Amino acid sequence: MSMPFYVSPEQMMKDRADYARKGIARGRALIAVQTPTCIVIVAENPSSTLRKVSEIYDRIAFAGVGKYNEFDQLRVAGVRAAELRGYQYSRNDVDAKSLANQYAQVLGDVFSTMGPKPLEVELLVAEVADTPENDRLFHILYDGTLLDERSFCVLGGDAEGIAKRMEASYRNDLDLDSAIKVAVAALTAGDRTLAAADLEVATLTRSGKRRAFTRVDDATVASALR
Amino acid sequence: MDKVVQADELSGVAIAGTAGPAMEMIKLFQLQLEYYEKVEGQALSLEGKANQLSMMVRSNLPAAMQGLIVVPIFAGYDPLVSRGRLWDYDPTGGRYEERDFVATGSGSALAGTVLRVGWKQQLSREAAIDLAARALWEASDADAATGGPDVLRGIYPIVASIDSAGWQRVDDDSLAVTYATIMGEVRQR
Repeated sequence: MSMPFYVSPEQMMKDRADYARKGIARGRALIAVQTPTCIVIVAENPSSTLRKVSEIYDRIAFAGVGKYNEFDQLRVAGVRAAELRGYQYSRNDVDAKSLANQYAQVLGDVFSTMGPKPLEVELLVAEVADTPENDRLFHILYDGTLLDERSFCVLGGDAEGIAKRMEASYRNDLDLDSAIKVAVAALTAGDRTLAAADLEVATLTRSGKRRAFTRVDDATVASALR
Repeated sequence: MDKVVQADELSGVAIAGTAGPAMEMIKLFQLQLEYYEKVEGQALSLEGKANQLSMMVRSNLPAAMQGLIVVPIFAGYDPLVSRGRLWDYDPTGGRYEERDFVATGSGSALAGTVLRVGWKQQLSREAAIDLAARALWEASDADAATGGPDVLRGIYPIVASIDSAGWQRVDDDSLAVTYATIMGEVRQR
């Protein structure tokens, strides 16, 4: 009879974390930025059909990095949960906090107990409010860690480097065009450049419209980068 | 309660029949259209929406057999063929695309007659709103179960138009003017 090797719990968690982190680091990053008029989400994504950023509910957006099939499944589950709550109670009862908690729960469970492997994803749940102070940027890590971020939020590979560049250039009075510009500059290190076609940009607008989520088309992104 | 409601960006539903099940049906219909749009990343085709509503009407058939009938009209702008389209339903979920105009509910025969007499090719939006207001006036005059305008309290029917730019409600002020004209004409008869 074969004897399984003893692996300490610390080692097992570390291995799982390394595995997830490596998977996420391979993917391309994305940034969410708060501005006085909206929340802008800028993702590096050459595909125009496989989306990283999408709408969850009236004032809530979702963004994911890492393995597409894994975060897309979580996205659909999020839309379903939000719609169900809005249908059962009221549209006002759907908020980013409870959604982010549910995501954190799922990722935490899969990481520590249930899954054969941790999910190689990092998620953002953003909610726009009437003023930037009441906006929510929830950043959920592969192990279920839930972070409540301010001003901007970076997900994906080389997040630290991007956040550092973002820190240097961020102001809280950016308009849409300059927010896109700042975010793209932070995403590109050295002499690397990104064209509008390599980017996926969406906004959650503070306009009072019921559905705040809008995609920004390539032409607008290109003119913002000019 | 609104009997004419927006379903999504480019379509709307008008309901006749039992209010309770109808409101529930519309709430679920709106939810399904939006859910589909968000999950798939693009909206259903107009035909797809009409078909979806047809299935919802059919699933209400057992209740309809006990008297709780819901018969909606579904209307919208179809970007695939660049024109507006109309559908009428029967209580079994039968879906009938109409060409020019449609009326449903207890006063539909009366309202439909007014529409048939007044309808012309290339009717403008204003003329169409005026014609619909007249049709409702005559129907509510002769049919006790059709609601008409309550001029005294300033309550008017819900009227909306849909074109490629989307849904647009006609406000009560302009309906007040429309109905004032109609009433003036009726007095002169």
